[in-house]
Amino acid sequence: MINVPEGIPIARPKIGSAGKTGLWRVERPEIHYDKCTKCRLCVLYCPENTIDLLENLYPQIDYNYCKGCGVCAQVCPTKAIEMVKEVK
Amino acid sequence: MSLITQPKRIPKFYRGNAACPGCPIPRELDILLEELGQKTVLVVPASCSTVILGDTSGMPATVPVVHSAFAASASIASGIVRALRMRGDNDAIVTVWAGDGGTADIGFASLSGAAERNEDILYVCYDNEAYMNTGIQRSSLTPHGAWTTTTPEGKREFKKPLPFIMADHKIPYVATASVAYPFDYQAKVRKAKQIHGFRYIHLLSPCPPGWRFDSSLTVEIAKLAVDTGIWPLFEIENGEFRLTGVSKTHLDKKNRKPVIEYLKLQGRFSKLTEEQIKEIQDAVDEMWEEIAARIKK
Amino acid sequence: MVQVLKKKALALVGNHAVAYAVKQAKPQVLAVYPITPQTTMLEKLSEYVSSGELKAEMIRVESEHSAMAAVYGAALSGARVFTATASQGLLYMTEMIYWAGGQRVPIVAAVATRAIAEPWTIWDDHQDFMSKRDAIWIQMMAENVQEAYDLTLQAFRISEDERVILPVMMGFDGFILTHTMERVEVLEDHEVDSFLPPRKFNLIDFSDPVGVGPIAQPDEYMRIRFEAMKAMERSKSVIEEIMKEYEKLSGRKYDLVECYKCEDAKYIFVTIGAWSGDAKVAVDRLRNEGIEAGLLKIRVFRPFPKEKVQEYLRSAKGVIVFDRAYSFGSGGILANEVKASLYGLQTPVYSVIAGLGGKDVRPLHFQKVMEDLVNEKLEEERWIL
Repeated sequence: MINVPEGIPIARPKIGSAGKTGLWRVERPEIHYDKCTKCRLCVLYCPENTIDLLENLYPQIDYNYCKGCGVCAQVCPTKAIEMVKEVK
Repeated sequence: MSLITQPKRIPKFYRGNAACPGCPIPRELDILLEELGQKTVLVVPASCSTVILGDTSGMPATVPVVHSAFAASASIASGIVRALRMRGDNDAIVTVWAGDGGTADIGFASLSGAAERNEDILYVCYDNEAYMNTGIQRSSLTPHGAWTTTTPEGKREFKKPLPFIMADHKIPYVATASVAYPFDYQAKVRKAKQIHGFRYIHLLSPCPPGWRFDSSLTVEIAKLAVDTGIWPLFEIENGEFRLTGVSKTHLDKKNRKPVIEYLKLQGRFSKLTEEQIKEIQDAVDEMWEEIAARIKK
Repeated sequence: MVQVLKKKALALVGNHAVAYAVKQAKPQVLAVYPITPQTTMLEKLSEYVSSGELKAEMIRVESEHSAMAAVYGAALSGARVFTATASQGLLYMTEMIYWAGGQRVPIVAAVATRAIAEPWTIWDDHQDFMSKRDAIWIQMMAENVQEAYDLTLQAFRISEDERVILPVMMGFDGFILTHTMERVEVLEDHEVDSFLPPRKFNLIDFSDPVGVGPIAQPDEYMRIRFEAMKAMERSKSVIEEIMKEYEKLSGRKYDLVECYKCEDAKYIFVTIGAWSGDAKVAVDRLRNEGIEAGLLKIRVFRPFPKEKVQEYLRSAKGVIVFDRAYSFGSGGILANEVKASLYGLQTPVYSVIAGLGGKDVRPLHFQKVMEDLVNEKLEEERWIL
């Protein structure tokens, strides 16, 4: 552990440093797992690192932080991801 | 879906950060940090990444980060790497993660100085082709014809050929990369990690609000940049020029998509005239002539 | 029992004396960029590194801004660092000076004071040094080459003290001290080693990653600045303590200020820097004339020794502050500090502006001003042209 003197500006690693960014969404990506081929392109390309690859090799979106950009839906080769309107 | 399955991998750059939806920076940093490992220091000058890295309440990076004044990142990195060597951390990597403004404009002097001294640092310029953090003002790496708030008629000048300028500094490694080809990017980071001296990677980083495209098209646009030949993927290792990935097929103009495929998707190019589009196509073709000449050497 | 202290003495010009002190302090990273009148210091340091006498990484940066940036980065990573500059170079690195001060990183920088362009100049005054007074750096100025050597060593110790953790600027007059040879008593290397223990400050730890210097929200920023102010205030007593320790080692007395015949003086000069020596000569001459003159020399400019200034000046019939720097639209910089320190007291303070751009100032100038004061012929602010 570093000894940080009092009153010196530093930050430590934190998930959700900008808050629950899932609240930013106006569209929500829904994975139709029956169409998913486990190619993992969505995991590879999600700009926010918010799609987890599970042990069974299916993708899982972390809706706490997904910003709804739509890149996953755009890169999915079988169109298994659908962007659904989500207005609260 | 089974709730008891665990993610196979925790990202090295945490989610829930301040990047815009569709901004590839968090993905680019995750790939970079995954490859470089824990013994990495990131030096980040004023840029979008400064804001994405959060405030004093927490940062999405999982390695030490040193925030740098706009013009100083290459110099701060030089100081850090020398101090780490003096204290025995010879396997630690000091990496500058700078935008195009902090690299080609205000940071150019310290970049060139550090390259001339062949400082043992990895410099990654993520190029979103304008001063995006301050609201889309033009930089020397903004391409010809692009709309920005300070070039509402479209930028008159052409993009500064930064990778070639860095190669002319005779540094051991220069490479270009695009977030649409992550394995190519990853391989280049891995190779750069093994080399000592000043290594430079120029990474295309499309910006949805700045380039005026829907946030879902980030990867598509990064791909078209390469496929049209506008953004050639190459590496220059000790002066030897080598195309990589799909760019290997692009020496033949027939294999390059016409630049209009790339330009038409972006609002920043929506006011281009036919003549300007031709100028851009010609400039790309000319660049490929130069690339062919460099390969022959 | 008579104890004979065997002291080692060398004939050194100011630049070389500071380089010698730096060598003994054993910094690990140096950043060098030449500017008149500091160049011979860097040349000497290059010789030390090249001969192996000083085992350090030397970064021959491409600008002063990069020099401060480089030592900032190195200092964060646990290295003891040093750089030096003057005038235009100090102005060029100002952004990074504030960066280092705000982040509270222990750094030692020597400033060979020099006037600021325009007009173009290479000669001595204090404008460059004084212009950094708000940047959260401790600032000290030397009167002679001996002090330049001593204060450099003390600077390393002060900056790294856990109660302080602030960068320190050691100023000494360009050409007048940098290029003047004097007899300098130096400490033995092992004595310096005992005075300067190994550095502990480090913010780069791969097992505990932190972001250094991120954005601070307004509340947090205010709180951080408040802590910096407290560090600056705390450093006054720490500096006194360290100077007393140095006295035991060297036999030379140091304090935040130096009182020369000022305890019983009715009329007191206040000066900072090399011309304090000229002021001392003037004080002696004035005493011979029957005027009860004295000198209060400011050695530590930041944190400003307000309490000492009040203590020594409160009963004076007249105080004359000599300034080699000016705040245009306001007044002499040191004069303003002294007046602020004496706020509420009735002591009359006069301001004299002299020596800008290297204009020569001698004991007779000091003498004439005080004679005018005694004869009630001195105006509130006088420029010696």
